[in-house]
Amino acid sequence: MTGIVALYIFMLAAFTGYEVISRVPVILHTPLMSGSNFVHGIVLVGAMVALGGAHTPLEKTIGFIGVLLAAGNAVGGYVVTERMLEMFKSSGARGGGKRTH
Amino acid sequence: MSGTLTADTLIQASYFVTAVLFIMGLKRMSSPVTARSGILWAGAGMLVATVVTFAYPEMTNYPLIGAAIAVGGGLAWWSGKRVAMTNMPQMIALYNGMGGGAAAAIAAVELYRAAFAHAAGQTPQHNSMFMSLAVIGGIIGAISFSGSLIAWAKLQGVLNKTVRFGGQKFVNGLLFLGSLAVGVIVVLHHGADPLHVSLIFGLALLFGVAMTLPIGGADMPVVISLYNALTGLAVAFEGFVMQNAAMIIAGTVVGSAGTLLTQLMAKAMNRSLANVLFSDFGSGGGASTTEVKGSMKPIEASDVGVMMAFASKVIVVPGYGMAVAQAQHKVWEMCQLLIDRGVTVKFAIHPVAGRMPGHMNVLLAEAGVPYDLIADLDEINAEFETADVALIIGANDVVNPVARTDKSSPIYGMPILNADKAKNVIVIKRGQGAGFSGIENALFFLDNTRMLYGDGQKAAAELVNAIKAVG
Repeated sequence: MTGIVALYIFMLAAFTGYEVISRVPVILHTPLMSGSNFVHGIVLVGAMVALGGAHTPLEKTIGFIGVLLAAGNAVGGYVVTERMLEMFKSSGARGGGKRTH
Repeated sequence: MSGTLTADTLIQASYFVTAVLFIMGLKRMSSPVTARSGILWAGAGMLVATVVTFAYPEMTNYPLIGAAIAVGGGLAWWSGKRVAMTNMPQMIALYNGMGGGAAAAIAAVELYRAAFAHAAGQTPQHNSMFMSLAVIGGIIGAISFSGSLIAWAKLQGVLNKTVRFGGQKFVNGLLFLGSLAVGVIVVLHHGADPLHVSLIFGLALLFGVAMTLPIGGADMPVVISLYNALTGLAVAFEGFVMQNAAMIIAGTVVGSAGTLLTQLMAKAMNRSLANVLFSDFGSGGGASTTEVKGSMKPIEASDVGVMMAFASKVIVVPGYGMAVAQAQHKVWEMCQLLIDRGVTVKFAIHPVAGRMPGHMNVLLAEAGVPYDLIADLDEINAEFETADVALIIGANDVVNPVARTDKSSPIYGMPILNADKAKNVIVIKRGQGAGFSGIENALFFLDNTRMLYGDGQKAAAELVNAIKAVG
């Protein structure tokens, strides 16, 4: 990947992120922050490659910590986001309040 | 050779699929109807990327990788499943800090390798572009790591002190510039020596701590959101270093989306980001000078029950105090009784109700309140005039009319819920103290306001009984 191609990717991704979020209602701010927190858990693949290419004990130690932290970011981010979003249901879906009167 | 080539093609194709799934997932997460499926899409993307990475060419240390994933992922799974909804913000901070730490760790591996090679007199393998990106991503990641940990400790109540001293901004600036300066040396000298590399990270970690310590608890959500964006950016930079398109795309998307989200949050709190980071509000610095006239008038739960049972429209204004008292379930039970009687019930949510924008919605959703009964500030404010009762539970500053009228008040200009426009205002409150900002609430002294003193959950239970007693 040449520098200029990487720069293009960077620019387009930045616009994409901005556009994807720009019209989000306030009620989803917290879950969305949690969701984007999960997405940057992709650092896991980088940490895996870094540890996979580590040779000295120092590199292995730092790499190990990196993978450990990244896995925590990815898994933890997923679990809490999923738990929060699981609760978003409309009154139609949940039958909130038995409106029989 | 061809074997490696196919593996590489498979990996790159999978990363592409991951990037698409992430973006579609985030898009779906920005609407309440599709939000639930959004995280599943993003989760599938993460799974694909992680699995194919094991096929990366020339990888070793598989047992170490497996062990690290099992331990880190296992602990996070365990803690994420157990955490209470009220503690969600600090948990997000913690996981976010871990991501920042991981980005810093990637940078550290690359930089130490370059530093030892340079110290041993070998020819440098990387150009200064590579080194710069590694250094910048490492610094940002380290700041996000230590800063997020402080944010977690503050919200968790582990760390209660808000440390401030004269010349603090100067010291902070020095730490940051120091880290950057050593970074420049490392880039220019192809890694310099390991001590320099350690110094970059040490100073950046210190800066993250020093920058977060003076920020008050009320502003923490904005700070967490900012660190979330920073981690995204750090991941993107390390993605350039690792030549990994999935990291570049995902990191950048989060970086820009997180920046926008941070701005939206700051705006919802009527603060600028600079104001949050560099001012002293947020921990109760300034108090209003104006005296509020009148007196607070108490009321009994039974009277409130009758009042609401025969109302045609009740608007509930919940605050973080309700969640702390774990009263949301009782409140929803009460509302269901009212709905059964034909009363129109709505929940009015201020953007900063709870601990961060949207947090209150999550807490109400947990209690089973359907999201279409929940209205935000812009939707509901015109409706207070037609409401018979505005029931305020554990909210204070967000309904203080002083924000509209008193220019000397620290909260002047903050958008508030116009609860004072309702025919009757009932305030459930523990005692007579002032709110989080230390400002007297003029709403409590209005002629149409009655105070129902007591713990949120107990008061809600009394109201449930009172409404049932109406029959």
